[in-house]
Amino acid sequence: MLKDPSKDASAGQFRIVGTRPDRPDGLDKVTGRARYGADISAPGMLFGAVVRSPHAHARIKRIDFSKALAIPGVKAVVTRADFPSGLTGEDWNLQENTMAGQVALYDGHAVAALAATSALLAREAAKLVEVEYEILPHVIDVDDAIRPDAPAIRPGAADHSVPEGSPPNVVRYIEFGHGDLEAGFAKADLVLERTYKTEATHQGYIEPHACLAQLGDDGKGEMWVCTQGQWFVRRMCAAVLGLEASQLRVTPSEIGGGFGGKTTVFMEPLALALSRKAGGRPVKLVMTRSEVLRATGPTASASMDVKLGMTKDGTMTAGRATFRMQGGAFPGAPVDMALYCAFASYTIPALEHVGYDVLANRPKSAAYRAPGSPMGAFAVESLVDEMCRTLGLDPIEVRLKNAAREGAKASYGPTFGRIGLIETLQAAKAHPNYSIPLGPHQGRGVASGYWFNHGGETSVSLAIAEDGTVTVSVGTPDIGGSRASIAMMAAEALGIAYEDVRVNVVETGALGVNEPTHGSRATFASGKAAVEAARQTIKEMCLRAATKWGIDPEAVIWEDGAAKPAGANAGDFPPLTIAEIASTMGSTGGPISGHHQATLDGVGASFGTHVTDVEVDPETGRTTVLRYLVVQDAGRAIHPSYVEGQFQGGAAQGIGWALNEEYVYGSDGRLQNPVFLDYRVPVASDLPMIDTVIVEVPNPGHPYGVRGVGETGITPPLPAIANAIAAATGARLRSLPLSPPKVLAAIQGRVDG
Amino acid sequence: MSTIHVTTTVNGDAVEFLADPRETLLDCLRDRLDLTGTKEGCGSGDCGACSVIMDGELVCSCLVLGVEARGKAISTIEGMADGSTLHPLQRKFVEHAALQCGFCTPGILVASKALLERNNNPSENEVRFWLAGNLCRCTGYDKIVRAIMDAAAEMRGASRC
Repeated sequence: MLKDPSKDASAGQFRIVGTRPDRPDGLDKVTGRARYGADISAPGMLFGAVVRSPHAHARIKRIDFSKALAIPGVKAVVTRADFPSGLTGEDWNLQENTMAGQVALYDGHAVAALAATSALLAREAAKLVEVEYEILPHVIDVDDAIRPDAPAIRPGAADHSVPEGSPPNVVRYIEFGHGDLEAGFAKADLVLERTYKTEATHQGYIEPHACLAQLGDDGKGEMWVCTQGQWFVRRMCAAVLGLEASQLRVTPSEIGGGFGGKTTVFMEPLALALSRKAGGRPVKLVMTRSEVLRATGPTASASMDVKLGMTKDGTMTAGRATFRMQGGAFPGAPVDMALYCAFASYTIPALEHVGYDVLANRPKSAAYRAPGSPMGAFAVESLVDEMCRTLGLDPIEVRLKNAAREGAKASYGPTFGRIGLIETLQAAKAHPNYSIPLGPHQGRGVASGYWFNHGGETSVSLAIAEDGTVTVSVGTPDIGGSRASIAMMAAEALGIAYEDVRVNVVETGALGVNEPTHGSRATFASGKAAVEAARQTIKEMCLRAATKWGIDPEAVIWEDGAAKPAGANAGDFPPLTIAEIASTMGSTGGPISGHHQATLDGVGASFGTHVTDVEVDPETGRTTVLRYLVVQDAGRAIHPSYVEGQFQGGAAQGIGWALNEEYVYGSDGRLQNPVFLDYRVPVASDLPMIDTVIVEVPNPGHPYGVRGVGETGITPPLPAIANAIAAATGARLRSLPLSPPKVLAAIQGRVDG
Repeated sequence: MSTIHVTTTVNGDAVEFLADPRETLLDCLRDRLDLTGTKEGCGSGDCGACSVIMDGELVCSCLVLGVEARGKAISTIEGMADGSTLHPLQRKFVEHAALQCGFCTPGILVASKALLERNNNPSENEVRFWLAGNLCRCTGYDKIVRAIMDAAAEMRGASRC
């Protein structure tokens, strides 16, 4: 008989869940032993380097390797000619982004690659590769790219959703809504319509992409790679290179940050192609920081019109959002997600959403923490704040009045299950940060944010070792402590010590397909599957005990890590511990293990509400963040420290997006800030302590109530900071980043927004 | 280009390697000496992931040439613990969950150790400005700053803060 963990959840009776043990990979990571993408070598290894386009848009007329190949030690060169042709859809996009075909589509687009016996040699040889280009007209800004007369980047790339006669770079169109918009706006006492812009930002993980790849002419390959998802790497590399997926074995390294940017491939297929060309010698390929910024996936940039109607008491009556986003020279800007999330915090009777996915001569965008949601939140939450201010209403009260709640139809269609937005608003309102008096040039901003979260394809195995300790094999790389949270859940379910569980992140040959650590899913999905697998082993161990005792298996319970007779009627036997059962399992029926695989449902959405205080220097326009509060619904915090860490890290990234970070292009279409000195992510002295409140509204779809927590936290900071600056200065800025020159111009009245 | 023979001291051990004169100290530590605990995040001295101590000075090893290490004493993350006894900073980083991905952690630990050797009682502001050259993209720095202040307090023999 299984103990039902959900009963534990309702009773709040946990031994391990909710505690803060040391993470199992902590020792390796504070001693330098943990091995990341670039930390491994192989016998006979070569080093790769990539030749990249210096132009935003250019036809490749000729590539001449003769000077590079004349250098002793250069062992292989590849161009697009070394890849299969005939790919379609996203496979073609991935291949084209991996290496340009006839046209380089952005500054940094790979056009050739080579491998040599040393990294220095490879870099020197790459400089000697001569590429002749015919420069084509380019377009960078999304509002320029959507013009009917913009340079057409990829004619024919539009899908069926795009209305006839649309501008040439519109490749996807989306439209949805509900209710009577006109009637809604007619009921409002105040209707405002505003336009907002956000620039592209990069995930900014500190570890550049790195891999060690080996591929033979027999189509069998091995890869060590820093990635959020080894199966995604396998599938994508196999598609780009025309390999059988099962013949490629991908082992994930430790990963030095991803935030969505390591859920796809960039230079990984090049390393495999070079290895195959070099007779199967392993090739190590490590990006430089400027390659990361120029040629991996930043997020999209956005231009957004929002119209909202509100009555004098703060009731929202109707809303309309038109979003234009460019995600580089490929379809895939997250305009759909941005629209789904834009009004998700509210129940509004009439809504219309319109979106355009637009091509521009920039790198192919990749996922970045709640992709699309921060942009939509910036637009909608800025406008809500402006209207609250105009009507003299408290921003939290207005949000509470209109808040999405259980059973309400979400702005994007489905009906919400159990959600915790209201609880986050109430906790934010009650927090001391919301009532601290402010000084001159200081202002307070509030915003809420949303992310769906994701279950996804998941396969987990759990095996009992001979001594009764436990190994869990998961397919989701550990980016922020998920080994700890998964071990805690497995130990909780089995009734054993946390230290007796080891969680291994395994290679593609060891489990069925797993989606990456993305969509805030690792602790939810791998954790849920691990608990299911643990329950299977418990059932088996109860059976072994029943057989030994000669009683009915239904008369055995599992408690505190041991099988016990269910009661006096079942018989009088001393408990049989997991160690005792394990020690004889070879002779009582064989190995004991559990396995769970599914495309998991039961995911719980996560809402958050942030409150921040800023001070704006009236002479320079510089914004200092004085206080920052994150309140978010975690469902259940398995390891509260790492939940807080997700809240704090998301907030810091959002603050960077709000204040500093942007892709800066010259008139030549080249990225002007591809180094960390100029692409300015927040440093320690830019930030205050980031206060957190973990709201726990348990998710009924998880045995311990877990909701994903990774992504929502990046969403509210963009508007919260803008709202605080508006409160501090009276100037409403509607274009990110809120850099000192822009803020100064706004407060001096030179620019509105 | 011909290589140059370099003899130096790393974490107290006498070592030697052949360096291409264009190679950085970071390259030599990682590729010549297999000390891969020191990380490269940018190669331009902006992120601090490659922080090491050279003759008592905190440096970005990506901005030092390998040949400059000749005759110097280098300390890296691999030399921070005393055998199996962690430095208090290392212990506090794990206790406070001051790392998520862990990639910036070696550089931040080395830099923090250099801070505490100069100032055993830093204010929060002093910690933040000292670390302004060490980027962390995961944590928002909150738990890092707390771990460093707690380690400093412990090392001063004070009670936990």
